[in-house]
Amino acid sequence: MSVLRVENLHAGYGHIEALHGVDVEVAEGEIVALIGANGAGKSTLLMSICGNPRARQGRIEFLGEDITRLPTHAIVRRGLAQSPEGRRIFPFMTVLENLQMGAVTTQVQHFDEDLERVFTLYPILRERRQQRAGTLSGGEQQMLAIGRALMSRPRLLLLDEPSLGLAPLLVRQIFSVIREINERDRVTVFLVEQNAYHALRLAHRGYVMANGKIVLSGEGRELLENEEIRKAYLEGGR
Amino acid sequence: MGYFLQQLINGLALGMIYGLIAIGYTMVYGIVGMINFAHGEIFMIGAFISIITFLVLGLVGVGWVPLALLIVLVATMLLTSVYGWALERVAYRPLRGSPRLAALITAIGMSIFLQNYVQLLQGARNKPLQPVITGGARFLEGGDFTVTLSYLQMLIILVTIGLMVGFTMLINRTALGRAQRACQQDLGMAALVGIDVDRTISLTFVMGASLASVAGLMFLLNYGVIDFYIGFLAGVKAFTAAVLGGIGSVPGAMLGGLLIGLIEAFWSAYFTVEYKDVAAFAILVLVLIFRPTGLLGKPEVEKV
Repeated sequence: MSVLRVENLHAGYGHIEALHGVDVEVAEGEIVALIGANGAGKSTLLMSICGNPRARQGRIEFLGEDITRLPTHAIVRRGLAQSPEGRRIFPFMTVLENLQMGAVTTQVQHFDEDLERVFTLYPILRERRQQRAGTLSGGEQQMLAIGRALMSRPRLLLLDEPSLGLAPLLVRQIFSVIREINERDRVTVFLVEQNAYHALRLAHRGYVMANGKIVLSGEGRELLENEEIRKAYLEGGR
Repeated sequence: MGYFLQQLINGLALGMIYGLIAIGYTMVYGIVGMINFAHGEIFMIGAFISIITFLVLGLVGVGWVPLALLIVLVATMLLTSVYGWALERVAYRPLRGSPRLAALITAIGMSIFLQNYVQLLQGARNKPLQPVITGGARFLEGGDFTVTLSYLQMLIILVTIGLMVGFTMLINRTALGRAQRACQQDLGMAALVGIDVDRTISLTFVMGASLASVAGLMFLLNYGVIDFYIGFLAGVKAFTAAVLGGIGSVPGAMLGGLLIGLIEAFWSAYFTVEYKDVAAFAILVLVLIFRPTGLLGKPEVEKV
């Protein structure tokens, strides 16, 4: 069953249209990677799925329901969470408060359990729980952003460049956590990455985006071996 | 010494009133990024609802002062909140996402509209109220200056401290307060974690209006006379207080309010009464020049 289905999506900011008819589908339990150059419209697609910017044309379905016209908070309440571009943690709140914000849409009963789960994935967050989030390092902020998204027990997790600006060791750690979330907690993941090599190795399937359109799609391994992709995104980019 | 102490008391009581109004400015600015120039008028409407409720209570014969005060307090907080809510719903929400200038002009327009609305309904003449609370405690009697702490001033100080403590706890401890702080720090992200941003903004206007209405009631009790124009000066003073404390910061608004009240009281006492407003506004100019973020304000962005 498809968790997310995007059909012919047009969206953009102001007079600029960034997406010119995008079709994407993500099935239950999958990790799907979206790769592409800077400015291809990857982040716009993730934000547009959450209703900001609004779709100007086309249709977005989540778990079979049309969410194209719903306000952002109503969309995420249906079981979708995003760790957006630039992490966007709440800098003047503590780590714990940031995680509480992630749990806005869920029941209080399993808050402690979910918190424990995030602290197990990222033990450093437990140590820093009372610290102001703005004072965390870049890698810690990234962990917090992912942890915050997990606190809502999402059916679908949207991750925007989780590896951006991180040291290689941390990148590997972030990706292994994504796999663990997917395998153990059965969370479907739709992932935007510039680090095409890691992303395609991790993902079951991948889409390649250029100039606001999907230009190629296929299995992760298959895309990794594709000559065009190697040239455009992998060679030298490792 | 006695004279100094008296000014301190007067300044504190006055500053509490400014502080209550200033919280409304600072919270709305923090979340929506606009100066709600109609907030002074919300304060004025709070004072009018208070005086009307007092008169109604007088007519039906509720004579016991504590009970009357309580009823007036609740009535003005509830009814003024409705005005605050409606103001946001009718005038500001349709403009969300449009340039800041549009919202600013609308705010000034709403301020003029609300003044004229009250003038039309209530008339332009002063509305006096018989003193409700009289008497006070005297200190340093027999010295060169007898200090009086009136029961009214005690009430103002106690009620304001109570409200500010309760309000601070609400902001720091409750889910609603967390949602408000999240909206303040990143509106888009707040929506992305599932907060109904429109609802949170509405509640912010409601809270700001109810605090301003209490200030309106205090003002009425303190001065005993109000008119449709009181919101302007009090509003601008409270705005100054919010800027002085650091716009966007709730403790800053309280601190700024107290400082403006004290500056006014001491200036009137030791220099000239005529120039007390000049003193208060000179502070605004100085703060904007030398410390634009205010005493407790944070810089606009914090990026790592």
